[in-house]
Amino acid sequence: MDTVAADGLLSASWLVIALPLLGAAVLLLGGRRTDRFGHLLGTATVVAAFVVGLLCTVALAGSDQRSVAVDLFTFIGVGDLDVQAGLLIDPLSATFVLLITGVGALIHVYSIGYMAHDPRRRRFFAYLNLFVAAMLLLVLGDNYVALYVGWEGVGLASYLLIAFWHERPAAATAAKKAFIMNRVGDVGLALAIFVMFAQLGTVSYEGVFGGIGTLAAGTVTAIGLLLLLGACGKSGQFPLQAWLPDAMEGPTPVSALIHAATMVTAGVYLIARSAPIYDLTPTARTVVLAVGAVTLLIGAVVGCAYDDIKKVLAYSTVSQIGYMFLAVGLGPVGYAAGIAHLLTHGFFKAGLFLGAGSVMHAMNDQVDMRRFGGLARRLPVTFVTFGLGYLALIGFPFLSGYWTKDAIIEAALDRGGTSGWLLGAVAVTGAGLTAFYMTRLMLMTFLGRPRWTDDVHPHESPSVMTAPMVVLAVGSVAAGFLLVNVFPLDEWLAPVFGAPEEAEHVVAPAVVGIVVTAVMLVGVLAAWLFVGRREIPVVAPERVSPVTRAARRALYADAVNESLFMRPGQWLTRALVWVDNRGVDGAVNGLAATLGGSSSRLGRAQTGFVRSYALGMLGGAVVVAGALLAVTAG
Amino acid sequence: MSDSLLLLAMLVVPAVGAAAVAALPGDREATAKQATLGVSLLVLVLAVLATLAFDPDGERFQLTSSVSWIPGFGVDFALGVDGIALVMLLLVGVLVPVVVLASWRDTSPGRRSMRTFFAWLLLLEACMVGVFAATDVFLFYVFFEAMLVPVYFIVGSFGGPRRQYAAVKFFLYSLVGGLVMLAAVIGLYVVSEAAGEGTFSFTALNDLQIDPTAQRLLFLGFFVAFAIKAPLVPLHTWLPDTGAEAPIGGAVLLVGVLDKVGTFGFLRYCLPLFPDASREFAPLVLVLAVAGVLYAALLAMGQSDMKRLVSYTSIAHFGFIALGVFAFTTEAATGAVLYMVNHGIATGLLFLVVGMLIARGGSRLVGDYGGVAAHAPKLAGVFLIAGLASLALPGTNSFVSEFLVLIGSFPTRPVFTVLATVGIVLAALYVLLLYQRTMHGPPRGVLFAAADAGTPDAGTPGAGPADGGHPAGGATAATATATGTATGTATGTATLTRAAGAATRVRDLSRREVAVVAPLVALVLVLGVYPQPLIRLIEPAVAATMSDVGAGTSDSSEGTD
Repeated sequence: MDTVAADGLLSASWLVIALPLLGAAVLLLGGRRTDRFGHLLGTATVVAAFVVGLLCTVALAGSDQRSVAVDLFTFIGVGDLDVQAGLLIDPLSATFVLLITGVGALIHVYSIGYMAHDPRRRRFFAYLNLFVAAMLLLVLGDNYVALYVGWEGVGLASYLLIAFWHERPAAATAAKKAFIMNRVGDVGLALAIFVMFAQLGTVSYEGVFGGIGTLAAGTVTAIGLLLLLGACGKSGQFPLQAWLPDAMEGPTPVSALIHAATMVTAGVYLIARSAPIYDLTPTARTVVLAVGAVTLLIGAVVGCAYDDIKKVLAYSTVSQIGYMFLAVGLGPVGYAAGIAHLLTHGFFKAGLFLGAGSVMHAMNDQVDMRRFGGLARRLPVTFVTFGLGYLALIGFPFLSGYWTKDAIIEAALDRGGTSGWLLGAVAVTGAGLTAFYMTRLMLMTFLGRPRWTDDVHPHESPSVMTAPMVVLAVGSVAAGFLLVNVFPLDEWLAPVFGAPEEAEHVVAPAVVGIVVTAVMLVGVLAAWLFVGRREIPVVAPERVSPVTRAARRALYADAVNESLFMRPGQWLTRALVWVDNRGVDGAVNGLAATLGGSSSRLGRAQTGFVRSYALGMLGGAVVVAGALLAVTAG
Repeated sequence: MSDSLLLLAMLVVPAVGAAAVAALPGDREATAKQATLGVSLLVLVLAVLATLAFDPDGERFQLTSSVSWIPGFGVDFALGVDGIALVMLLLVGVLVPVVVLASWRDTSPGRRSMRTFFAWLLLLEACMVGVFAATDVFLFYVFFEAMLVPVYFIVGSFGGPRRQYAAVKFFLYSLVGGLVMLAAVIGLYVVSEAAGEGTFSFTALNDLQIDPTAQRLLFLGFFVAFAIKAPLVPLHTWLPDTGAEAPIGGAVLLVGVLDKVGTFGFLRYCLPLFPDASREFAPLVLVLAVAGVLYAALLAMGQSDMKRLVSYTSIAHFGFIALGVFAFTTEAATGAVLYMVNHGIATGLLFLVVGMLIARGGSRLVGDYGGVAAHAPKLAGVFLIAGLASLALPGTNSFVSEFLVLIGSFPTRPVFTVLATVGIVLAALYVLLLYQRTMHGPPRGVLFAAADAGTPDAGTPGAGPADGGHPAGGATAATATATGTATGTATGTATLTRAAGAATRVRDLSRREVAVVAPLVALVLVLGVYPQPLIRLIEPAVAATMSDVGAGTSDSSEGTD
């Protein structure tokens, strides 16, 4: 598809990024003067960005163009390197813009209520705006460097928001951890860009995708794997998943934003956007698949063991993004399916997190589900909206998750052969585990007997919080059906990924649907048997199976990181400081002493007789003059 | 014989200003400050005028002026700038007024009047202008050595408790480098004499074909001096001491500008004059550069003294710059020059804000601070911006230069580039660790305990009263951390309960301090989004240098590593 220059409305699409960015700037520079209306301004800019984004999407859909470029200015131009500040509007970026600004706006509205009593609410909205703006740049940029700028901008915004309550050491540490693990991934993305420039002399999507076919297979695979490293960092995929659950230290709307509308979806976007690269490298695609499958299971297993409501949801995200990686790793058959699941997940996961925030709001910010129970009656709106999100997530028939998760499982099976069956089995197992841990969460939180601490008096949240939850619940119910049957996403995205083909199904879709639903019901039943039927102890039992123990420690991800990187790193740092102070400095001082004649002379020198140095310099000048005279005379 | 007096004016104005300030009576400190600020602002105006008069597509050296100085040896007092020198002059022009304003409330730790400090500052500015604007190698050498004197006195008279040691160490290192370079300067003259007419003119020397052996020796002479100045590992150990003991204003100029003379020298003198030797020694230099990126970053993480920490980060950054220079591509070297400017702005800002923190708490130790962000949000915000610029986050100026260095070096030097890229993770670590320890967490440390101990003396950055109690030498670094942590834990609860009452004691940035940081913050952000005007100035001079050394843009060079 040829890219054409933008005209009319689309040439103003930069406003989508500029509006929230302006909001952030006004709120941060305006200081306390903007306290009174900061939250409203912050929300308004994102709503306005959504409107502009919607108009642009309509304009794009209404025109016969499917790939429109907006050139703004030259960002960096040196020698052969030409990096434009330019935007690319196509079905893929337009879809993301709607998700980011749409769900983002709902989260902003919700935050007005959630953060009402926080003295730093204005700052919170400034950071939210920054987050949205960075994410929009990430998806709208027309080259890898623009993407990288947005990519790290998202990292900064998440750092600021996770550390929003920075007086709490855990929050500060979690924010740092998120940033550092993201940066590890960023190294991969940066190196991929370097390779592209070295091999192709360009970093624009158009240039790279146009020339990628001329490169050696090994180079393409290298680029694919480096991009994947970046994607793993941002999307919390194995082996860089450990930061994502810790990011729960931020206020709950941040979790919704990170997990649903922004940030973690960036990795999926990167791989989908780089489809022309991955199409040429089955090896890299297989690694993407493997990462997705492994992460899917890790997230689901760990999610079963946690008692912290937000962490269960966080591992659920890890697991669901795993599904999306698996989908895009399948190649052309999976791209649209992955993006579709990303969209429906955006609805129900945002709804679930906002619901969790509503529960915490009612429970004095407690997160331990062992201290919840019986909340359904006290929080009816939260219960219903959360419940619909729950059903959508576990893939209850005909709700959003059912359509989009099944499509991924079908595509995995269609791969055929052993790997197809293996991936299908993993994905189906994941669906069962998802049903288990989410049902467990529902049972522990909303049903059963109250196990509240004495000081809580649960009450439903104000309507400014429940209204966005209702909207998201509607999306959780309907989005999947709409995207599959009414506005087929695969056809809309066809200009980017190629037209959808009628696949040869290994297993009939109806059979897949029945099997997945059956496994899901087994998961629900198991949760009922192990959790619902019994009395839930308010303190987690110590005597548990080794599997549970491992899952409670997130399968030792932190332990591995600590013993492999952190402690050796600290040890190395300490050793080097010692070496530098004793060894290097000493050696050079010694050398200087030798050059100066003797160490005693150096000692005397260090008593600080400046005059002797002035004299030394004068002497030096005389030597110069003499030498020059000699040379000239000679 | 002189086309333009602008550069001469940039040289003379601060020099005369220095003399005038020094001649003021001792009790006229206020006048001295105002005069210094006025003179430095005038230099800034001149630098801007010079930029406006400069045509990026014109001759390599512009605004030239030349008078014969020592005719017997062909020494001219010749000034002129290419794009590289011009952006360095702009940096000098911006940083000196900022430093003057930042030092406004400093008090002298010793007997000397602050009037002297400001006089030295102006003299230093004149020397910095001279060193970048000289187009005669001998004149360059004179300014190169002359710079030592003001720095020596700024550090030795107005620095922290170990200022004497630091100043002498700085002086010795620089002197050794200077002497080695002097030999090479003379050698260069001898070579030119043998080839025809003896000269020190850069342009004439640039056209000279020097035989390989002589090139090697002369290259090493210049290189050692510049590698000490810039400093490359393992010649770096003077910088943490000097950077830590220098008064904040001095540290900003030392690390922000003076050290760039080294990397400027690589590009201006080593590469064009000794192209064969440069190519020959490049792998060795690159090893030192990349080793510096990683080694200094790890060391920065292990520092307990904030000023030492910032000094080590600079050594890591100099590694990036050297990588960019010796990768021999236009992209990388343009990035390196831009890096010199951006690092001056970003690290200058970081030093300034660290200095403001030290001015409040009177201690340079990381462990003595905590939870400042909640009570001084502006200070914390500027600290974060400076830190993010230091770790080269996109959107800040440093990203552009670091990215250019790396993407430009990769085609010719993939292995070195990959290793250096790992440095971006380490940079994130040392910045965020510092930020978390000082700004995040519950309020604790000297700022909050100060409620009992009386108001800390706010006006003596680098020489605060608590410095005496914490000798910041390397040998005691580890102990210092331990003490800091232990104190923090022991008094943790007490500090917490006291925090509410003590909260008001942490002042956020004053108006003067906002005026100090605002121009640099603005530059960090503007140059992060729109660096192209500076790149346009730099690129032609870099391209000329690259063609001297026989390299071009990235893909036309040999792909060897």
